[in-house]
Amino acid sequence: MGDRGRRALLAGLGAVLVAFPWVFVNPYPRDVMIRIFLYALLAQAWNLLGGYCGQVSLGSAVFFGIGAYTSSVLSLWWGVSPWIGMLAGMALAVLVSQAIGYPCFRLRGHYFAIATIGIGEIVQTVAINWDAIGGARGIWLPIKPETLVNFQFHRAKWAYYYVALALLAAVFGLTAFVERSRLGYYFRAIREDPDAAQSLGVPLTRYKLLAIAGSAAFTALGGTFYAQYVLFIDPESVFPTSLSILVCLVAVLGGVGTLWGPALGAAVLISLSETTRIWLGGTGKAVDLMIYGGLIVLVSVFQPGGLVGLVGRLGRRPGGPASPTPVVVPQGTG
Amino acid sequence: MTKRFGGLVANQGITFDVAPGEIVGVIGPNGAGKSTLFDVITGFYQPDGGDIRFAGETLTGLRPDQINRRGIGRTFQKLRPFNGMTVRENVTVGALARAVSTGAAHVEADRCLALVGLAGKAGAFARELSTGQRKRLEMARAMATRPRLLMLDEVTGGVDQRSIPDLVALISRLRDAGVTLIVIEHNMRVIMSVATRIVALHLGEKIADGPPADVVRDRRLVEAYLGAAYL
Repeated sequence: MGDRGRRALLAGLGAVLVAFPWVFVNPYPRDVMIRIFLYALLAQAWNLLGGYCGQVSLGSAVFFGIGAYTSSVLSLWWGVSPWIGMLAGMALAVLVSQAIGYPCFRLRGHYFAIATIGIGEIVQTVAINWDAIGGARGIWLPIKPETLVNFQFHRAKWAYYYVALALLAAVFGLTAFVERSRLGYYFRAIREDPDAAQSLGVPLTRYKLLAIAGSAAFTALGGTFYAQYVLFIDPESVFPTSLSILVCLVAVLGGVGTLWGPALGAAVLISLSETTRIWLGGTGKAVDLMIYGGLIVLVSVFQPGGLVGLVGRLGRRPGGPASPTPVVVPQGTG
Repeated sequence: MTKRFGGLVANQGITFDVAPGEIVGVIGPNGAGKSTLFDVITGFYQPDGGDIRFAGETLTGLRPDQINRRGIGRTFQKLRPFNGMTVRENVTVGALARAVSTGAAHVEADRCLALVGLAGKAGAFARELSTGQRKRLEMARAMATRPRLLMLDEVTGGVDQRSIPDLVALISRLRDAGVTLIVIEHNMRVIMSVATRIVALHLGEKIADGPPADVVRDRRLVEAYLGAAYL
């Protein structure tokens, strides 16, 4: 498919997504799409670090929770607009990412992933025991007048839908820009072979820190959106390791190191999750996780490039700007 | 320069100079310490004794990326292309060391690919190339960083005999492009045809250093490669 065809497809997809709430006016399908957008955003954030740069993190929830708590606390204590809180949350997440990344990037192979799990558990435990921010009880955000500035919409979900779509489009646009820039080339070189990358003048630590900074900022942005959408957060909902793993699964299923993999993965997995929940009701709990696990096994064995790799095999043009390396678990850290 | 790995002395008191424009061949049996020498010079290992100096500046203590930015490029004995990237993308990574934009890097990448004869493979993935083509790719990638000194590790290793004359011609083209070269090579015919000077290593020590015709007749080198029976 040529560039013109791709642009037409993108425009068509955009038109469908914009029109969706006007066609599906019930709150439930809008809610499903909002959650697909949120997980696509989080998976794209993970993809920046784990997919493009090859640093497999299982600690996304740390930054998600920082985003959620920062904007919520600022709103609750000082009446700060959640949009300002979102920026503050992103800034704090970036700072924390540097504090985590600088020592942890010395770890090779899977030890980095293990370290991120440990850090995630520590952060969740701290939040549970920090009474000033609600502790285990969490935070209820006060109901405010329905305005864009307040980032609260009570009568219908369509406003949240368009905000989520806009945030997702922004994150995807920035990722596409990074992919074609020096950052993208260096991230992929680090993923492929850190030593060879160094021999070509690539400063490993600096670019890994940039990757985790970008990933943390995007993830925190998702955390603020979640807080404003649900209007209740607690350590269990925004800091769980299960969230970090699910975000990683979405990217892996869709295709790590590709631009559209996270979106494909989110569309399939969230839809699957909803389908099993409706089909099996309360007894369906964790059936979706069993199906996820089965899908990951199938992907790893037959199509390590994920769903994007499968589509690519049908019609990929060689020499494209970003082609997935057909491995599910990227190489170790350098 | 001395480099040890625990009780194993990989390089013992090795000293030599390289003048601009030279092609210095480094030869020696397997385990002589040739690749370790390269790894120390390019910052992948730090020396346990001595100093590495380049253009008046000490390289000891610098990281590999810092050493590359000071003008030293290298290839690897065991080929290390970025298999998930195209040939052009591989070389673009190298070109970004000096280029101010990705556009300028693409231009430089195309120039380097033309220099090594891989322009026609720019869109192929690196994993699709033959061994000889991957050797050229690594050379192009290293050249794209615009080194003043290029270190080639076993350029002809694993390459079929028909491709070797082209690789020899390529080494000469690189020298003509103004790059100083240090070349590790097992193929004596190749090294004799390109090197202006040969440094011979054996068991971590330098045993000979001089014009090719003199070095290959050195008794210690003949004994190291072929054994005392051939003296």
